[in-house]
Amino acid sequence: MGAYLLRRVLAGVAVLFVASFLVYLLVSVSGNPLAQLQANPHISPATIAAARAELHLNEPLLQRYWTWLSGVAHGNFGTATTGQLVGPQLWPRIEVTLKMVIPATILSILIAVLIGVLGAVKQYSKVDHLLTGLAYLFFSTPVFVVAILLKDYLAVDVNNGIGHTVLYTIGQNTPGTTGFWNVLTDNVQHTVLPVLTLTVVTYAAWSRYQRAALLDVLNTDYIRLARAKGLTRRRVLYVHGLRNALVPVVTVVSLDFATILGGAVIVEIAFGWQGFGQFLFQALTGPVSPDVNSVQAWLVIAATAVIVFNIVADVAYGLLDPRIRYA
Amino acid sequence: MPEPAFDTATTAVAAREQRAAQAGLNVEARSQFQLAADRFMHHRLALASLAFFVFMVLVSTAGAHLWHYNYAQITNQFATGPSAQHPFGTDLIGHDLLAQVLTGTATSIYTAVVVAAISTVVGTLIGAVAGYYGGMVDAVLMRFTDLVLVVPGLAILLVLAHGVSSLASNPIWIALVLAALFWTYLARLVRGTFLSLREREFVESQWAIGSSDRRIILRHLIPNAIGPIVVNATLTVANAMLVEAALSYLGLGIQPPSVSLGGLIASAEGDATVMPWLFYFPAIFLVLIILSVNFIGDGLRDALDPAQRVRA
Repeated sequence: MGAYLLRRVLAGVAVLFVASFLVYLLVSVSGNPLAQLQANPHISPATIAAARAELHLNEPLLQRYWTWLSGVAHGNFGTATTGQLVGPQLWPRIEVTLKMVIPATILSILIAVLIGVLGAVKQYSKVDHLLTGLAYLFFSTPVFVVAILLKDYLAVDVNNGIGHTVLYTIGQNTPGTTGFWNVLTDNVQHTVLPVLTLTVVTYAAWSRYQRAALLDVLNTDYIRLARAKGLTRRRVLYVHGLRNALVPVVTVVSLDFATILGGAVIVEIAFGWQGFGQFLFQALTGPVSPDVNSVQAWLVIAATAVIVFNIVADVAYGLLDPRIRYA
Repeated sequence: MPEPAFDTATTAVAAREQRAAQAGLNVEARSQFQLAADRFMHHRLALASLAFFVFMVLVSTAGAHLWHYNYAQITNQFATGPSAQHPFGTDLIGHDLLAQVLTGTATSIYTAVVVAAISTVVGTLIGAVAGYYGGMVDAVLMRFTDLVLVVPGLAILLVLAHGVSSLASNPIWIALVLAALFWTYLARLVRGTFLSLREREFVESQWAIGSSDRRIILRHLIPNAIGPIVVNATLTVANAMLVEAALSYLGLGIQPPSVSLGGLIASAEGDATVMPWLFYFPAIFLVLIILSVNFIGDGLRDALDPAQRVRA
């Protein structure tokens, strides 16, 4: 187990290293950060040359990557094209995104398991058909369409119905709110719709996997044996069935973590959250873009999260299913 | 009637057909394709979805030319709701929304089909080589797909789409950007299928009679892997439409003067409460088309790849 973990971590570091190199090249050649300066006739060539030197753009690409890499090895993510250090901007941004991603992931898992079990137990019933139809509808709907529906229609109706703003549709909180309960309520009011948006598009596919996995398990001999020896349906379903049917779902959830992070980028932009996804988006499309150091910081952190998540899922897989051996 | 013990397969079939004919039954040999087509025809939802999808393709391509407004034409009706003259209403500048939705539908479908075509061909070829030969190509491919699994795909697409944004009024560029990511999924799938197929007896027999690798791959392996390939090519169309819409929403998709459904929805966002028709017509078109493609993919999976069938 220890050797297995070590190998996984080393492989993860190697992938991270290659990914950072490729993305650095890709971002650097994908655009010219000085394009806007150069397009402005009022800016003198000297200023542009100074900006070029400041961004180290006159150095060879490989040297720039090396500077970045050795900086990161010392815990320094470099300077953004805005002149600010990248490092100190990261955690406040990540915090905002986690406020959306963690509740949405947990909620999606709960709903997916619940609906998957319901669909499998009541296979081909009206409820099952309805839930299947909804799942198909949701994974055929773009994230931002859900976001617009919720913020421009649902939230407006709810707020008008109640008479004051209950559901906020822009920003992650109201700046200047004080007092524990006020801050908490304010945060919840801002978070409900983004979390709902991300959950709706995430749970749908997972619930299908859960349903299929449980149906497979319920048709096995050991379930028939458990029923034959007189256990209650409930016990067979939850202790013998669901425990085994959760195993494949764990993998799907962990592999989808990267997709959730991608979805979070769009949800943050739809709801105007100043989170980590917005950070990536601004680094790619802001006034002095592409901002390669900021993109790289996003990449390293997002990819690390995905790798850690995958390793944790594989370990959980083994704990849930003793047949799996780590070789 | 006892079967002769040493009968060959052909005469056994002939005998069976003869018996059936005597009993008044009409027996025809059916090819794999006919069997699959039969199974697909029994999938009512998939069939209806296919009809809907074909209808949308025809209406959007023909309709965009027949409808008396052009998508870029500016009328003197500003921000009017649906009416007889403008069934889908008009936007703030006076564009006829029906014309825009028709053109946008055609663009979105075209882009997605191009993505699916490119990524299927490239993914199948690379996956086939990796799965059949193993070795270097396989190692490089697997490491590459590891990368794609680790880096959120949207980030890669954003970088690439930003790189081509000055060219992206031509949808082909966005299609290339999407295909640059999507082929890896197809390649993984084909590789996996080939890894198991190449151990089978019918491939061994081809080695034994000295068939070339090229012949084995093209004549034996790909036809046997065609089920999953076709299913995933179809699902790629749905996925590409979703992702192109997301890129358009972020301002990095197909650029004006071209219109796509995602772009129309994105530009309606600010006015969605006062001019809801600007939002819901393109949104309904987009979601229904993606839904129909997903159902077609499901029907194809049941028809072509019964072993893979998700218990539905």
